[in-house]
Amino acid sequence: MRLDVILRVTTKLILPFMLLFAVYVQFHGDYGPGGGFQAGTIAAAGFILYGLIFGLPAMMRFVPAAIVEALIPLGVLIFAGVGVYSMLNGGNFLDYSHLEHDPVHGQEWGVFLVELGVFITVSSTMIAIFYAFAGRGRGE
Amino acid sequence: MIDVFSELASHYNQYITVFLMVAGLYIVIARGNMVKKLVGLSLFQTSVYLLYISPAKIVGGTAPIVDPRFAVYSNPLPHVLILTAIVVGIATLALGLALVVRINEAYGSIEEDEIFERDQDH
Amino acid sequence: MLAAATIAIVRVRNLFAVAVLFGIYSFLMAGVLIALDAVDVAMTEASVGAGVSTVLMLGTLYLTKTEESKPLHSAMLPLFVAGVTGAALIWGVSALPPFGEANTALQVMGPDYMDRSVKETGIPNVVTAVLGSYRGYDTLGETTVIFTAGIAVFLLLRKSSGRKRREND
Repeated sequence: MRLDVILRVTTKLILPFMLLFAVYVQFHGDYGPGGGFQAGTIAAAGFILYGLIFGLPAMMRFVPAAIVEALIPLGVLIFAGVGVYSMLNGGNFLDYSHLEHDPVHGQEWGVFLVELGVFITVSSTMIAIFYAFAGRGRGE
Repeated sequence: MIDVFSELASHYNQYITVFLMVAGLYIVIARGNMVKKLVGLSLFQTSVYLLYISPAKIVGGTAPIVDPRFAVYSNPLPHVLILTAIVVGIATLALGLALVVRINEAYGSIEEDEIFERDQDH
Repeated sequence: MLAAATIAIVRVRNLFAVAVLFGIYSFLMAGVLIALDAVDVAMTEASVGAGVSTVLMLGTLYLTKTEESKPLHSAMLPLFVAGVTGAALIWGVSALPPFGEANTALQVMGPDYMDRSVKETGIPNVVTAVLGSYRGYDTLGETTVIFTAGIAVFLLLRKSSGRKRREND
């Protein structure tokens, strides 16, 4: 029996709740504390926990390094894209009122998309930094 | 005498903030180990968060989420500033730690004094 | 308790203990922030300070060493500088209003945003509304900062240490 059985079983039990909590915090950022940054770090912490307990190759099979590298700029692109789209619709840069027929709806859509972009960038950056630190040790 | 006491109590948050700031500053200046310096810098940054958020609180108010049951809220503007500041702080910390790892590989040490010696020997 | 954790961080020389103490400090700071009604900030500080920061520091310690050497210089000059800075800060901070007052100059814009937020954006969490909509440009800048940090760490620590050694030969 391996010595880290407790850690492995606990991680397997807790990991889906961590990821679910991250998604909950992200989408309930409008009604309670939360939003993109908190959700991004919680999701990244979930993936990093998996990587710490089960080893780096298992984590890399799950979330390949190429996908993480491609996701980092995607969040910033979504954010800037929302801004440019509202410019194309006649308003200023990042003026959400022109996204939809109704200003209030436009604001809600704008904040939703912006928080999504922030979530993607923050979580993939944290995972990429973890990959950089952890991958270095084995190279020496 | 009572005046001094109430003065102390109402400004307690600010004294703690200043103590944390000074402790962080001391670590950055006085210790030579690079990782400890970065920890001191983070300490300094967290004390600045306290400095901004304690004036935002209103006694008897609640968190700034609009709810029909409450009437008085704490000021939300410093919260927004500090949210950004926290995230920028960890970006700085991550970059600083990456630099420390590279310096360690280039000079073989993370103590400031040894690095200066080896740099002059080059 | 925050002060006790801070003094421990200053004095302790085993860096592994410093990393754990820093996690404890972040957690206590998150508790203090909740007591000050800053729930969004507390959640961010807890997840970022006690989670990601500790992981990164432990990773760095794994790649370097874990014990701090004794300081070579005397600590009198830094202590003096720190003391003078502390005195100047206390003198500066004493002009701030006492804790918890509602009618000071600092609280002018707050209730204004609280009233406007639900009418104009339909989002009850005012902090998210201000972050996403009223000050959205700052949030764009912040996302760019995280992006830049990720790219920079990636450039510094690519998994090419094997390739670099072959280049140097």
